[in-house]
Amino acid sequence: MDNLTFGLTMLLVGMGGTLLTLWLLAILMGWLTRLCQPRAKGDHHE
Amino acid sequence: MSEAIVSALHALAAGAKDFFSPSGIPNMIMVGVALGMFWLAIRKEVEPLLLLPIAFGCLLANLPLSDVMAKEGFLRVLFDMGIGNELFPLLIFVGIGSMTDFTPLLARPRMILFGAAGQLGIFLTLMVALALGFPKELAVSVAVIGACDGPTVIYVSNLFAGLGKIDPAMVGALAVAAYSYMALVPIIQPPIMRLMTTHKERATRMPPDKTRVPKAALIIFPILVTVITGIIAPKGLPLMGAIMLGNFMKVSGVVTRLTSASENEIANVSTLFLGLAIGGTMDGHQFLKSQTLLVFALGLMAIVVDTVGGLLLGKIWYRLSGGKMNPLIGAAGISAYPMAARIVQVEGLRGNHQNHLLMHAMGANTGGQIGSVMAASIMLAILKGMGLI
Repeated sequence: MDNLTFGLTMLLVGMGGTLLTLWLLAILMGWLTRLCQPRAKGDHHE
Repeated sequence: MSEAIVSALHALAAGAKDFFSPSGIPNMIMVGVALGMFWLAIRKEVEPLLLLPIAFGCLLANLPLSDVMAKEGFLRVLFDMGIGNELFPLLIFVGIGSMTDFTPLLARPRMILFGAAGQLGIFLTLMVALALGFPKELAVSVAVIGACDGPTVIYVSNLFAGLGKIDPAMVGALAVAAYSYMALVPIIQPPIMRLMTTHKERATRMPPDKTRVPKAALIIFPILVTVITGIIAPKGLPLMGAIMLGNFMKVSGVVTRLTSASENEIANVSTLFLGLAIGGTMDGHQFLKSQTLLVFALGLMAIVVDTVGGLLLGKIWYRLSGGKMNPLIGAAGISAYPMAARIVQVEGLRGNHQNHLLMHAMGANTGGQIGSVMAASIMLAILKGMGLI
């Protein structure tokens, strides 16, 4: 594989992959923080 | 008798003879480099924890007839014990993980995107290194300096050195470049931040985030990141796994002795051994090449482009949010923790005396830590896919 193809592949897949993975993590972190929030007292059913 | 005395005197003079001969010049220069690093570490406090042992290792390796890096030599033993098998960088990562607080990131998860933008330098530097004719593996190793993360640089470059793809002497040059630029982040970043942002942008106030992060989220987070890294980029799992192990022990709150050992004894001993062994690879005959100078220049470029990438995303975010996001936060999307976040706080205060950006910047900064390790892991995964490692 020539250097240009290698570099462009790394740039596109590497940077793109990093961005996508971190974006996925951002979504999961948002869910995680919301799911783990303690329920307010009013939410409990007697 | 006289012959014995003469030969003994010859033996004593052999070192000086070797050192002051033409073939000793590279070693002499490296002794000067070691003295320069001592000065930087002691007088300027440039990453002294690492620079000082590296400098001492460099001094030991370059003294005449030194056999510290010969088979079973003192530094060779350390090298084989923890650099050749990538153990020391990983142990240091366990310590870093146990010192990192991901609460500001979990409070504002989108801040992790700055951690992606802050890796732009890695990939653009890789392109430049390849254009300059660097072999692929060395180009990747140099580009990873843009991760602003010493252990990651050592881990990746040593992986290639172990496979015989790059000269082992380059591991020392790459490590010194990485740690030097990490220490110079407070000098490198502010001019770029001022150049790329307007006074109005820098003065943007961001209210403190009051999101409460539950302990359960803090505990699940390191496991989540480890699993995702393992699935997407298994070659980088040791790096991410080590940092997340340290953090997991810290947030679990049940292994305080292990956490304390990770952030103190284990990190300190590993740092000392790693520094000495890396210094030991800096033999003048292998280290002094034009390629080494290029490595330093490209390393600087990587960190500058990282900062530019983060600031560009910050500016886009500033526009999209209607002027609510201070673009300076983008500069914290690198791995130099917590230094980069502190720089954002200082520059923000210059723009507006009531502007406290620290906690927001901490979110981006911890995002940068994860981002840098993720970028390196993804690069390794791609290289594995290409059959290069």
